[in-house]
Amino acid sequence: MTTNTSEHGAVPFWRDERYIQIIAQVIVVAALVALFYWLIHNLLTGLAALGIPLSFRFLGIEAQFDIGETLIEYSRNSTYAQAILVGLLNTIKVSFIGIIFATIVGVIVGIARLSRNWLVSRIAAVYVQVLRNIPLLVFLIFLSTTVFHKLPRVQQALALGKMAFLTNRGIYTVWPVPAEGWNVYKWLLLGSFVIGVLVAIYFYRQGLRTGRMPLYWLWGFLTFLALSIIAWFVAPGAPLALDYPYLAGRNFKGGQSLTPEFMAILSGLVIYTSAFIAEVVRAGIQAVSKGQREAATAVGLTSFQTMRLVIFPQAMRVIIPPLTSQYLNLTKNSSLAIAVGYPDLFAVGSTIINQSGRAVEVILITMAVYLTFSLLTSLFMNWYNRHTRLVER
Amino acid sequence: MTTTLTSQKEILPPPTERFTILGWLKKNLFGTWFDAILTVVSGLFIIYVLYMGFRWILTTAQWAAVTDNLQLYMKGQYPASEDWRLWLLMYLFALIIGLMWGVFLRRAEAVGWILLAVPVILALWMVKLERAAWLNLLIMDAAAIVGYFLGRRYPQRLQRPTIILILLYMPLVILIVRGFGESGFLPLVTTNLWGGLLLSLLLAIFGIVFSFPVGVLLALGRQSRMPAIKTLCVVYIEIIRGVPLITLLFMGQLMLPFFLPAGITIDRVIRAAVAIIMFAAAYMAENVRGGLQSIPKGQYEAADAIGLNGVQKMVFIILPQALRAVIPVLVGQFIGLFKDTSLVALVGLLDLLGIARGILANPNYIGRQLEVFAFIALIYWVFSYAMSYGSERLETALGVGER
Repeated sequence: MTTNTSEHGAVPFWRDERYIQIIAQVIVVAALVALFYWLIHNLLTGLAALGIPLSFRFLGIEAQFDIGETLIEYSRNSTYAQAILVGLLNTIKVSFIGIIFATIVGVIVGIARLSRNWLVSRIAAVYVQVLRNIPLLVFLIFLSTTVFHKLPRVQQALALGKMAFLTNRGIYTVWPVPAEGWNVYKWLLLGSFVIGVLVAIYFYRQGLRTGRMPLYWLWGFLTFLALSIIAWFVAPGAPLALDYPYLAGRNFKGGQSLTPEFMAILSGLVIYTSAFIAEVVRAGIQAVSKGQREAATAVGLTSFQTMRLVIFPQAMRVIIPPLTSQYLNLTKNSSLAIAVGYPDLFAVGSTIINQSGRAVEVILITMAVYLTFSLLTSLFMNWYNRHTRLVER
Repeated sequence: MTTTLTSQKEILPPPTERFTILGWLKKNLFGTWFDAILTVVSGLFIIYVLYMGFRWILTTAQWAAVTDNLQLYMKGQYPASEDWRLWLLMYLFALIIGLMWGVFLRRAEAVGWILLAVPVILALWMVKLERAAWLNLLIMDAAAIVGYFLGRRYPQRLQRPTIILILLYMPLVILIVRGFGESGFLPLVTTNLWGGLLLSLLLAIFGIVFSFPVGVLLALGRQSRMPAIKTLCVVYIEIIRGVPLITLLFMGQLMLPFFLPAGITIDRVIRAAVAIIMFAAAYMAENVRGGLQSIPKGQYEAADAIGLNGVQKMVFIILPQALRAVIPVLVGQFIGLFKDTSLVALVGLLDLLGIARGILANPNYIGRQLEVFAFIALIYWVFSYAMSYGSERLETALGVGER
């Protein structure tokens, strides 16, 4: 190589790949820096001309607007920062509950699609095909305007016994509330949880030692369940009482109320996402090769054991990554709550923008929050992929 | 028709299982008592849903909110004098579908008959309403049939022109719908007149046409050995994929004006389109990256060995194979993009959903939400489903993704 260059003379630097690469990078970075400088310069001068310089100090100002439903203490006198926190908590609430229900429905539909019963698998297929090809936003507005806001008025509420009332102002259901025994019972509950965990750990250790892994989580859970039932009777007085909703004047009192906005966004997200989860589950189960099932049967496992020990662990490896990205999609899609009036992070943010004119700051905060969700998810994904990677010879 | 086809037909497929009707019922519906219960319950469920659905469609529903405003749903405020452009594009679309059918699938199928029947049925329904509309629909059918027979007649010779036509179609749509110049052959139609399904489709087409090159560049950048460029691409892709589209749309509507020097304004449709393009490009980049990673290392080495430079290697060897491998994923992305365009209704544009909301605000149509939403949901569904079905058929016909 060296002799070659000495014979023909050194390669001029403008044809040397190493130099070209460095120069190209310098040019790209310089151009980007210039572009951003220009944009931010425009932004700062424009905002200064409007008299609202870029700063996050407005977060300390009183918000002066109401929010329909809050998980924490909030009033008109609270600050913008607290309003954003309320929105964030609402986003987390609807996403968390949504993920749980979407998973349940999705798994059921996914398994139904693989059912040997022709009619059942057809119904599941239609469910998936219908929902996957309609925009979520159309579905959400449809649910909100034609289902939850079309329920009867409070006076003519649709009653399901004494347990629940469906009205256009919301759904009111019976709800357990702490009663006299609760103070003692909560400690007993904590104690039984600790014992349950200890039992699970014991069985897990034993499984590692003997090589026959029992269903340690099931035993732990059963212990916890049994102990907490015993504790229920041990505690002085009933720990929980049922709070029934009842009509008081123009509205319902007592029980748990779910606003139509919350029900619209929650059911929309659950039904829509469950169609995608169903596809993920079906693909995962179908990805396990037929030979695995045959081999498991050949070594004498029962069909339940085959499912638990052979099919399921292998399907999980295929299912988890796309499932996580569906969860993330659900969380991001919850920003459409603004269309049905549920005060999530994005809806609260857009109210603040309308009121204070702080578009740049609020949008930056909102994007940062969603980015954090997404980065946390991808951290988990990377960990999981490393954890479950096939160990090959 | 051709020798390849007849020789394929000589290879018989393996015999399939055959059942009597009773045997089929026993196997698929009444295998065990549990199966039988499931069958009965789901059968009753289907009958109930169909009964309620048809009863509503035929008796309870009042379709005035839909039938009075068909023009608005389809094209918004697009001037009637320029309708011929849209119809021209529709003829061309029908011709392309016919050509694709003739060149790639090469046989008449039930779905094809249904596709041909739809314009005829619509035309019969419109006979009393509008002469221009039903004539145009029938011309579409004619164009499709001409395309089909041309494609069947010269499958080899028309293969390349068909693909070029498909690729050129989308930019052509944008050009013809928009027009240029004050007057003359194709006068400019400003974007505030675009609306309805037309706007939804245009935004999706904008998104796919412009995000494609950007996405390919980003994917290549992410694979690059130059650290600065790689970092920039990764940061862009991860940030965009981490935030919801609606924040980008709001950014386009509320923040973009601040970033431009005073006096420069960009029209709202273009701002929404830019947000959609930025969003789609990040996803496109990840899809293309999947294709790039599926190319074996030997292909790169072979390209190096025959002395191609970096650009030639990418353009002639790697990208054609990588893109071919991800066609199914790209079609999926296009469907997603078409559905996502409905979000522009939240920033006040009058796409299909925006128009629907506008019509519902009209006091004449109060309380007609169910009819209107059922109608637009059906439109979205038909387009998305047709795309996914079509791409599935093309994949099997072309053997894409099973190399």
